[in-house]
Amino acid sequence: MNDSGIWSWETAWDVLPDLLNGLQITVLATVVGMVIASILGLVIALAMRARSRWITMPLRFVSDFIRMTPLLVQLVFVNLLFVQVPSLAIGCIVLGIHYATYMSEVYRAGIESVPKGQWEAATALNMAPGRTWRAVILPQAIRNTLPGLGNYAISMFKETPFLFAISVVEMFSEAQSYGANTFSYIEPLTMVGLLFLIVSYPTSLLVRRMEIRLA
Amino acid sequence: MSADIQSLINRLPSLGDAVLVTLQLTLGGAVLAMIVALVLGFGSRTQSLWVRGPSRVIVEFFRGTSLVVQLFWVFYVLPVFGFKMEALAVGIVALGLNYGAYGSEVVRGSIASVPRGQWEASIALNMSWFHRVRRVIFPQAWALMIPMLTNLLIQLLKGSALAYYITLHDLNFWTVQLRRANSDTIFSYTVGLLVYFVIAYLLTWGMNWLEERAKRRLGRGTRPTLAEMFRTKPMVTSELPATTPSTAKGGLV
Amino acid sequence: MTTSTGTAPAIEFRDVVKRFGDNVVLDGLNFSVPQGQRITLIGPSGSGKTTILRLLMTLEELSGGLILIDGDPYTHEYKGDKWVAVPEKRRRVVRKRVGMVFQQFNLFPNMSVLENIIESPVHVLGKAKDEAIADAERLLDKVGMPEKRDFQTNQLSGGQQQRVAIARALAMDPEILLLDEVTSALDPEIVADVLDVLREIADTTDITMLLVTHEMQFAREVSDRVLMFDKGQIVEEADPETMFTNPRHDRTKAFLKAVLG
Repeated sequence: MNDSGIWSWETAWDVLPDLLNGLQITVLATVVGMVIASILGLVIALAMRARSRWITMPLRFVSDFIRMTPLLVQLVFVNLLFVQVPSLAIGCIVLGIHYATYMSEVYRAGIESVPKGQWEAATALNMAPGRTWRAVILPQAIRNTLPGLGNYAISMFKETPFLFAISVVEMFSEAQSYGANTFSYIEPLTMVGLLFLIVSYPTSLLVRRMEIRLA
Repeated sequence: MSADIQSLINRLPSLGDAVLVTLQLTLGGAVLAMIVALVLGFGSRTQSLWVRGPSRVIVEFFRGTSLVVQLFWVFYVLPVFGFKMEALAVGIVALGLNYGAYGSEVVRGSIASVPRGQWEASIALNMSWFHRVRRVIFPQAWALMIPMLTNLLIQLLKGSALAYYITLHDLNFWTVQLRRANSDTIFSYTVGLLVYFVIAYLLTWGMNWLEERAKRRLGRGTRPTLAEMFRTKPMVTSELPATTPSTAKGGLV
Repeated sequence: MTTSTGTAPAIEFRDVVKRFGDNVVLDGLNFSVPQGQRITLIGPSGSGKTTILRLLMTLEELSGGLILIDGDPYTHEYKGDKWVAVPEKRRRVVRKRVGMVFQQFNLFPNMSVLENIIESPVHVLGKAKDEAIADAERLLDKVGMPEKRDFQTNQLSGGQQQRVAIARALAMDPEILLLDEVTSALDPEIVADVLDVLREIADTTDITMLLVTHEMQFAREVSDRVLMFDKGQIVEEADPETMFTNPRHDRTKAFLKAVLG
């Protein structure tokens, strides 16, 4: 296959459609994973504000545990536990839960960065606690979390290749199986790397701009 | 359950070897990453475009192309060019380059947040560039960068689980073997993840200790509370640490 | 090493130009300071006084012209017709003769008071450590804080930090000392302590001094000459007596009226 030197354009063209198919799965997993992480992260952040240690202590432990152990091992673990569930669904959910533990910290920081005066003003206006959260605190807090959300979305995007371990056919798996079948790894692996770069670099520039604007 | 315990006891001797491989990857990767981070971090700050340009490109390249891809590229493609490495070296190189690129942003950001006056005073005292950095700037930046480096170290540990897929017998491999022996997924993976968790905790603890020491050197040390020593809170931004105002912990003056 | 010739002025600015982008701060400035003289630079903010000190300390790069220390080209020189930067290695040789004290003290927080003072004497000048420590203790005595030797810098008040910074600059044995608004960041009640220290240095040494200050009374006491700056130009130059009691230029009169009330 590699008759003309190390790199073969023919192979590159041959594998590209597969990779682009895989890219769709990769993006899908990132988007679904990020939706789960954003919602669950907020739930964790709010639950961590509970007064009772019986809620916060176990939650903190579980959250630390998930955050400080390998996503890769977690994926395989959960996939083995629920053999009937499609791997892609498992992948999205585990990605979502793993990143929720990071997102909860982003929300916490966002909530803490709302000035104390805002709470005091809401109290002075005799707002109910629920309304204070919905109308005053969260809109401001979430604005502050946007760059963090963007950054973790990029991070997650680059960690979707871990899904190869539970045989989800995303972009990296496509490249790897092509390589395994044809024994030419250089074109698929190089191109998959470049595709990651092509998507993640402009996105990270956008996030950086957003950070500067919100700062 | 007792069969599980029996299988665990049978595999305990090999746990030591597995943890050792994981630690070699993590610490070897971390040392390489720190060297890469320092070179690229300072490279990104120089006036000369001939140094800054390539530094930035390398950083963006390694940050942008995913660790998994890099690892397998080094494993499968580099040999084509005649670089054949042991699997352990492949793991260390891939982890070191990837996290070194992230680390360089930490280095760059922390160096930038050392007040300008510190550079100026060291020029006024006629120190050489290297002397300025080594004795004045870096010790101050170091205290700022440790929390973010702790994040990266834990991520590096987690990334090291990939090593199993390039034939290494690390903790991930050990977990898979344990499950094969007892066919109990929940038990085996809980044990495996717990061992990862303990390693991560010990690393965090060590880094917190380093941070306290660095702060004490700056005369800002207070004896840390137990909760502070065991703190595991991640810094908020992982992609762009230290360049974002939200993560910078204020100046040092 | 280039030799200083004794007769040359300690500092000479020759057609010095400094631009920040489009903003011309100094536009062909000429002046010189004889060995051992004390010169105070006064004038409204943005008139270029601090820039002069920062150029002398190589904290800013020159845009044109020459700065000579004891007659030696310091930051730039002419090679034939070409105006080129002097390499850092040679700058360091000349820079050894210049010391500076900053408005914000800029002590190194990762070192104790003593370490701040001996760092450069030991590692730049290559002094023996014992000797450097003995010198540092003598200097701490001189600035009135011998008991703070082993303190961390953030345990000191602003005035104490500034006195340590003065000792640190003197430990390098400079021929020229640059003082950039050294009392501006201090509470009014401790300004006097720092000025006392500077007065003593002025009285007991023959260091050439260049001061930027708003302490007009102090400037009057210690300076040999006062330069009034406006828009990067020297508008008036006189001995302190004349400058403060009988200024000639309108800009000087207006400025002194504004600061002295």
